[in-house]
Amino acid sequence: MPNTPRAAPRSAGASALASAPAEASAAAGRGRFRTFHAFRTRTGRRPPLVLLVPACVAALFALLPLGYLAVRALERGPGYAWDVVADARTLHLLGRSLGLTAVVVAASLVLGISLAWLTVRTALPGARAWSVLATLPLAVPSYVAAFAWLSAEPSVAGFGGAALALTLVSFPYVHLPVAAALRGIDPAQEEASRSLGHGPSATFLRVTLPQLRPAAAGGGLLVALYVLSDFGAVSLMRYDTFTRAIHTSYRASFDRTPAAALSVVLVVMTVALVAAETRTRGRAGHARTGTGTARPAVPLPLGRYRPLALLWCGAVAAVAVVFPLGTLAYWLTAGSSAAWDLGGLADTAWATLGVAAAGAALTTVLALPVGVIAARHRGRGARLLEQAAYAGHALPGITVALSLVFFAVRYAYPLYQQLPLLVCAYAVLFLPVAVAATRAAVLQAPPVLEDVARSLGRRPWQVLREVTVPLAAPGVAAGAALTFVVCMKELPATLLLRPTGMDTLATRLWTETGAGSFAAAAPYAAALILLAAVPSYLLGRHRT
Amino acid sequence: MTDTNELHVEGLTKSYGDGDPVVLRGLDLTVPTGALAAVLGPSGCGKTTLLRIVAGFLRADAGTVRLGNRVVGGPGVHVPPERRRIGIVPQEGALFPHLSVGHNVTFGLKGVDRPERRRRAEEMLELVGLAGYGDRMPHELSGGQQQRVALARALAPRPQLVLLDEPFNALDSALRAGVRADVRTALRATGATAVLVTHDQQEALSTADLVAVVRDGRVAQCDTPQDLYRRPADPWVAGFVGDAVLLPGTVDTDGTVRTALGTVPLRALPEGNPRTGTVLLRPEQLRLTGPTAQGAVRGTVTDVCFYGHDAMVTVAVDGHAAPVGIRVAGPLRVRPGEETGVRVLGEGTLHRDGCEPTAL
Repeated sequence: MPNTPRAAPRSAGASALASAPAEASAAAGRGRFRTFHAFRTRTGRRPPLVLLVPACVAALFALLPLGYLAVRALERGPGYAWDVVADARTLHLLGRSLGLTAVVVAASLVLGISLAWLTVRTALPGARAWSVLATLPLAVPSYVAAFAWLSAEPSVAGFGGAALALTLVSFPYVHLPVAAALRGIDPAQEEASRSLGHGPSATFLRVTLPQLRPAAAGGGLLVALYVLSDFGAVSLMRYDTFTRAIHTSYRASFDRTPAAALSVVLVVMTVALVAAETRTRGRAGHARTGTGTARPAVPLPLGRYRPLALLWCGAVAAVAVVFPLGTLAYWLTAGSSAAWDLGGLADTAWATLGVAAAGAALTTVLALPVGVIAARHRGRGARLLEQAAYAGHALPGITVALSLVFFAVRYAYPLYQQLPLLVCAYAVLFLPVAVAATRAAVLQAPPVLEDVARSLGRRPWQVLREVTVPLAAPGVAAGAALTFVVCMKELPATLLLRPTGMDTLATRLWTETGAGSFAAAAPYAAALILLAAVPSYLLGRHRT
Repeated sequence: MTDTNELHVEGLTKSYGDGDPVVLRGLDLTVPTGALAAVLGPSGCGKTTLLRIVAGFLRADAGTVRLGNRVVGGPGVHVPPERRRIGIVPQEGALFPHLSVGHNVTFGLKGVDRPERRRRAEEMLELVGLAGYGDRMPHELSGGQQQRVALARALAPRPQLVLLDEPFNALDSALRAGVRADVRTALRATGATAVLVTHDQQEALSTADLVAVVRDGRVAQCDTPQDLYRRPADPWVAGFVGDAVLLPGTVDTDGTVRTALGTVPLRALPEGNPRTGTVLLRPEQLRLTGPTAQGAVRGTVTDVCFYGHDAMVTVAVDGHAAPVGIRVAGPLRVRPGEETGVRVLGEGTLHRDGCEPTAL
């Protein structure tokens, strides 16, 4: 099933960004390349207005929260904002956030690299099945993992619980790219090392591991981004990090400047991480080009370590996949008398589907022009547009929500705590997912087809309608389905922006878990997983 | 409709940006109405850039493109591709994968009612030898068939000019000759002017009415295939369009030239009546003789390459550093190491020294 090396929609966007310059230079028409490549050149052609105008609208839309957050944070003067930022409590929060991030990243690296190596390179029995199991936790929202652990053992709350839940949902971000990199390394290099007198472990340390560094670093940065932006797990585990402090500060006080200032600090940190991640990804991409394996490596026999390896994989699968599902099943059956409010569940599920569908629709429509331009046009303008659309990639959900709340309260009060605002937040947050999908889908359609259509008398917008969009449609639809799933699982922005009285499965699960009513929370968790699994299943089938 | 479909390209200049190498440097090319011209050149000579400028996908930095009596590209003029009436046949066909063969062919027909579209599609498919394939999808066709459909699609709107971008590259060599001949026949039948871009000299010589050799962004020579092969403008062109034997020579007063292979009559003297120069002969102009035959030069066979339809024998000749190639048809009677004689048949061309491409 998942033979896609891309770790996640977020990384897909970043890698797409990183590969763009390489393609542009290859197509620069120096002509040493086959003419087919030169036909793909789009040197200096301005995108048609039918694309450019809506793409600019989408880009501005994506940048609005970021800009308004800065305005709001500085409203009472830079001195006041600085006081909030330099406050001892802020520094304390910074330490806690960074500490949690460091621990989760380290643990994810250990889990991700060890599982990747065992499943790709050794004669582990059932390697393929373990490999699939190791990607499944990606589908578990952090707050569901937190629910599972809390409901089994409430005393786990705090740093340990937060680190545990976050590690178990985010280590696939390391596992996937490292496994892909391992598959890409030419086994001849390792054989050369062996023939030069280095044993298996020395070869792994001196030849294999250094080549995995870009993939592992990229994955680690994604994990860091995940942890810094996470709200669900830390809030349920009652461990104060930036996201939880922002939420508390917003709820507790009428003075919104501290929340805005804290948000700005958080955004600065995530932007730095995204920049770092994009850079490592660019380098990893270059390192991979041209290596193309001639043949797969011979699996390393595990010998007497086989039981140990199996135990390790089994333990990870047990805590990351079996345990959450088992806990859920337990609460579903044990608590049946207490909590089967079927009517409420159906209402909530219906509301969730509706708001997620609206979010996916708006996101896809906004992403379409940006994705087409990103795939088909080079140059500074096109790159800026694409990067603007990726702003949501760096913005934790809570900061987007906060910024839209501020904006609505001041400039669009009728929208405050109304559905359109929530849908807009989804669009800002998940525009990168849809843009990456659209861009990839358009890239799949050879541009020469558009040239042919032009030569046969079609105007640019007709080419878009009759050739580009029909060819990209399956990929765009897949992107829409993916957006739909992530909208459904979104928690922090939904908590802040939902209309009064409306619940989604995620918010309901969060509320019930927070109140300790685990049996009441379980049906919502189950419904969420089931509903999210349907599009994921369809996506998997679509790809194979 | 204009009565002429002549393509006239003048002074095209193009570079892709500051610091990038210049791709076209004042390229001129004229293709008469109804002719099939091949643009032949090594990779990187700018031939695809030329094609894209003519089609309207790129703008030239300078120069004009005229089609019939319409200027379609030039200073202040840029007719968009969809209004140029220029069909393109890309590499590997590039059929629209979401449309049937028939819909691919009729894609460029506008303002045409349905029965007429159907008729035209059938007519075009018949022209390329694929009658009855209209309902298939592109992926159900072989590479050669896809290429023919691409041609039918380009020809359906009756373009003034058809551009073919290395259309036979992706086909295996057994298929290539057949598709090539069919394409030529179809183009002739419609009377459209056509430009074929290729780096394969055999393809250019065998398919085109006119071959333009492009080097460093300029046309080095534009001639009929025969003249190009027999009277190349310089040794570089000679070597590019076929195997060449190049010998230094000294001109005699009687219009012949003395070389290491003996005295060779000249087709024409180059301008300026130089005393010395490089003589070009083709390997098929040389004959193997007995080592002591009269009028022959002695040499030693160094290598024999057998190709089936003929063979190439390499002979080291006294007084010339590089061994010369001799094309031999029929049975081979020599082996490496043997003594042999070499005799020249026909005329050679003399090229002045110092007009090598690097000096341009």
